[in-house]
Parts: sequence; C-alpha cells; structure tokens
Amino acid sequence: MKPFTNFESRIVPLPINNVDTDQIIPARFLKTTSKQGLDKQLFNDWRYDAQGNPNPDFVLNQPAAQGAQVLLAGDNFGCGSSREHAPWALTQFGFRAIVSTSFADIFKQNSLKNSLLPIAVPPDVHAELFEAVRQDPAATVKIDLANQTLTTPAGHTVEFPVDGFSKYCLLEGVDELGYILQRTGEIGAYEAAHPAPINTLV
Amino acid sequence: MPRTIIEKLWDSHIVHEQPGAPTLLFIDLHLVHEVTSPQAFEGLRERGIGVRRPDLTIATADHSIPTTDRSLPIVDEIAARQLAQLETNCAQFGIRCLGVHSDRQGIVHVIGPELGLTQPGMTVVCGDSHTATHGAFGALAFGIGTSQVEHVLASQCLLQRKSKTFQVRVDGALKPGVSAKDIILALIAKIGVGGGTGSVLEYTGSAIRALSMEERMTVCNMSIEGGARAGLIAPDDTTFEYLYGRPHAPQGAAWDAALARWKRLPTDEGAAYDHSAAIDADALEPMITYGTNPGMGVSINAPLPDPALLSDPMQRDSVAKALRYMGLEGGKPLVGHPIDVVFIGSCTNSRIGDLRTAASVLKGRKVNPKVRVMVVPGSQEVKRQAIAEGLPELFRAAGCEWREPGCSMCIAMNGDQLAPGQYSVSTSNRNFEGRQGKAAAPSWPAP
Repeated sequence: MKPFTNFESRIVPLPINNVDTDQIIPARFLKTTSKQGLDKQLFNDWRYDAQGNPNPDFVLNQPAAQGAQVLLAGDNFGCGSSREHAPWALTQFGFRAIVSTSFADIFKQNSLKNSLLPIAVPPDVHAELFEAVRQDPAATVKIDLANQTLTTPAGHTVEFPVDGFSKYCLLEGVDELGYILQRTGEIGAYEAAHPAPINTLV
Repeated sequence: MPRTIIEKLWDSHIVHEQPGAPTLLFIDLHLVHEVTSPQAFEGLRERGIGVRRPDLTIATADHSIPTTDRSLPIVDEIAARQLAQLETNCAQFGIRCLGVHSDRQGIVHVIGPELGLTQPGMTVVCGDSHTATHGAFGALAFGIGTSQVEHVLASQCLLQRKSKTFQVRVDGALKPGVSAKDIILALIAKIGVGGGTGSVLEYTGSAIRALSMEERMTVCNMSIEGGARAGLIAPDDTTFEYLYGRPHAPQGAAWDAALARWKRLPTDEGAAYDHSAAIDADALEPMITYGTNPGMGVSINAPLPDPALLSDPMQRDSVAKALRYMGLEGGKPLVGHPIDVVFIGSCTNSRIGDLRTAASVLKGRKVNPKVRVMVVPGSQEVKRQAIAEGLPELFRAAGCEWREPGCSMCIAMNGDQLAPGQYSVSTSNRNFEGRQGKAAAPSWPAP
C-alpha cells in the first residue's frame, strides 16, 4: 500500500442516505476474478441509461466531478453487502476520501484496507459542505490525515475520528496481513491450547 | 463480572492484544465462495504463502452458479470462469470445495449449519454480509471483505475491534401466519438500516426461544440489514437437538464434552448490554417492504407511508424517492398490487421448513398464468429432502419452476433476474434498487 498523503480536492456531492453497495457497484459486475477495471462500473445504474450512455444528470458525469478525489455522501454510506469491489471501484475512479455522517461497518473496514479514508463529520459540517459545493462546484476541501483534520471551503478546520492503528497503517502504507503474520508464534500457541472442534477435510 | 454471550465469545478467541492496536481474533470456521475469494487467493500467490488451516475452511459455489440443469454447460462465460477458478484455487491450496457438481453444494449459509460445521461457541466468517445467519447457533459470525478473506486464509485470524452489545428482546407469542421474518423486519423498521451499526445483536425472549433453528437463522441472517455485522441467539435444547447426529457434529464422549461447554455460553444473570430494543411478538402482523431498503417495511394490510405527512425532510425525500422508483403511491396498502414474479429462496428462506410453508400455501392451487414463481432450494440436501416429501411435484403442479440450489434472484448475478419494470415478491433479504435486475422493482413479504 502506498502511504496516504495530505491533499486538496474538489468534492462530488451525492446527497442520498443509505447508499448501499449494490448502487456503488451492482452485483452483476462481481463475476470478475480481478480487482482491476471496476471504475467504469462505479454507480453504474445511476451513471448510465439502459443503452449504456452516460446520464448527464448524474453527478459523476458532470465536469466538476472529473479529477475530484472526495465524495460527499449521505448518512450510513456503504450499507448492504460485504463486497470489497465497492472501495476498489471508488479508488480506481480516483476517490481517496468519502465524507459522510456515518458509514456501514464492513464498508468502512474494507475502505481502510484500500487507502480510502472514511471521514465522519457532524451533521452541521456535513450540511455546510453540501451548501458550499452547491454554491460553487469547484469548491475544495483539504484533508490532513496526520492531524485528522478536514478544512472546509470556507476555511473551517474540523477534526475527524480515525482509530490510531488504521491511521498508522494508512500513513506508513503498512499492510495489515504483514502485521498479522508477525504474530505467528502467538497464533500457534492459541491453536495448541484450543483443539479444533471440526475438520472440514474429513 | 457477569458477561453476555457476545463477550464470552470474544474473550475465548483472543490470540493477542496490544495497546493501540485491534485485537487479533482466532477464527474457527471460514466459509468461502466464488465471488469474494479469487482476489484473496491471488494475494496469497503474490506473497508465496499458503492457507494456514484448510481443515477449518470450506468452499462452495452459490452466488454466480446457474440454477438450471447442472448437466448442461454454463452459458455465461464469465461466471463459468469464476466458478472454475474457485475449484482451481481450492485444489491448489488444499481446501475442500463443494463445487458445481457436488452433492453437498448449496448456499454457503445453508450448508454450514446442515453439515454440522456451524457450532455454538465458534467464530465464523465468510466474505458475505449474511454470515450472521450462523449466529443462530450461539456463534459469533460476521461478514468480511476480500482483504480479510485473505487474512483469514493466511493466518486463521482477523484484526478486530470489540463491538457494542445490543439486546433485542422479543417476548410474547407470534399469531398464526406471523413468522420469524416478521420479527426481523419489524426490528429493522424500528431501529432503521443503520441502527445496529457497531453492535452485535443478541436476540432474547420467549418468542425467540420458541423458534426452530431454521427460523432463528432467518432472524440472525438479516442482522446486517439493521447495520449490525452480527446477530446471535444463545444455544439451548433446540440448538443441541438440531446439531445432534449431523455429519460434522461431535460424537460420543466429544458430544458430551461439547454440550457441557455449550451450556456455559448463555449470557450470565445480571450482565449489562450497551443498547437494547424490545419487540412485542403478540402485536406483530405479517410484514412486507415497499421501498428500496429493508427498513421500509409495513404490516401487510397497512397503508404505505405518505411522504407529504412525514416531518423529517431527509426521510420524506427518501420515502418519496423510493415510492417513485417502485411506482407506488403513499397512503395505500400494497395488497392488491399486481406482481410478475415470486422468488422463494435465498439464505434467508430456502430451507426445508420454508419450502414446506410455501407448499402448504400452494397445495391444490394454481399460480396465475401471468405470474412466474421460482422455487430455489438452498442446498442439494434441502433439494433431496424436498424430493423425498414430494414437494417438487406439488410446486410444478401449481405452476411453479423448481430449480437447482443457489443464491439465484436474491443477488441476481447468475441470470435469474427480473426484466425492467417487473414487480416481484421475494422471500430474500434485500430490496435495494436494481438488486433483482436493472430497473426492476423488488419488494418482499415474509413467507
């Protein structure tokens, strides 16, 4: 994983609550055995019409969205299935952070493992950001992970929560599996003390 | 200090704890399927490492597998490649695969319990959000992403943060025609689709105790639809009776030892929960959802909410948007609305008890010729049992399709799907936009 660095970006507003992972990437695109090539299918059924032409009303098809790295979404973003294809599609499109008031658990965990930062902000900041981007689609926010701050287009700097371990992994580009595998001794000791109740191979 | 079953399960699986880092938790059973595993196996190959505990891992094909005649080749080449990749990966890494042609194939959350692999006191994971199903046995069972599938394959462990504990107390007796599905739909309608976020639910109370294991699985299955990654029910005699004699259940002296262990799992008297909610089973009516998330549920005869009468602007918008998508009017009940397709299946409701319930409704009746009814058993074992009871003939005589086991139209990635504009009623778990086919408008009741 590449270390997560500070950045400034325009915001793509998606003012819808409970956006589920079936909207982020519909199930029919999960037949792939690769992680790649999913950006084209991000929000597919909102983004394209029945003939596959871009829907001009959908925010990802508007000029201001091109090159933007921050998605501003409604409450409980990423609910539904466990598909990691959702953060894969979002990061391949270019997003590096999602700002909302809350995130679904599995989506949040999957995002953190893919250098996609879920930023939860209070409702007033959330509303301020939607208003700022409504007034000026080119408005930008600054994201500083080390200091856990988001700076709004109006210049308000707000702190956001991120657990210390995830922050460390993101900033250092640490791979979690590498960390787990350093604990092989402890895993072996646990296994020795806890005989398995099942054996799937017999 | 008295502990909840959730805390007991957590404490007994701690491998390593370090200040500032999540807990390293041991996983007793890892269920694998074709859709969320290929990239994880690829990761193992890139690292040059193997699967640590193939004996605690088992795979099956369920999501992208067609539910048509298995002796025919798979038409969808991409799905065929994904299914073949699962078999190749399992062969290479020494994992037992109940694949396309196995006589034990089935939906991952149906076969774990029916094989006796899911047992009380275990941690169970799968790259699927409906893994909470296994919580019905008093297991801590939750869905994970593909990175975590790779972690478990490589180490049999996961880095996890402790969840909050959330008691859902359901007392009383269900009226005839009201089922387990109505309990969970009523809960989600009450707490909302994000209400359980960050928590593990424990379902307690007399109405839960009265449920069969299959019904308990239906309740736990949909914990994720309330935002909770896991939901569970403490084991009791119903659990033990279900497990006894199953292929992977302990036998002889091992059974007695396991039983003694399992009986220590239930929540201690006086243990405290972080959150709680109560459902009055006596007051429940059959539920149906009308919108585009599982929290949009109402009693079957109740009028749909009228957005104009909702005070919260976000809720008003979301209900209005859902009704628009569904082509429905607020203020009127859903009963009487024409439908095109009925889907009976999924990890929520495809077990033998569900099929018996459906059969009892269809016996001696005919499906309206304009309506397509698909009956998709949850596993080869469920299918065998249904055949032994003569259910396929009954379904066919009524005008239903009797299909091969798989997730089918619950996730609609195997070709079983709605045409644009069709309405379906389904026994599955999600009514998200497009879930059952692009621009389709799904809704579902309890069976």
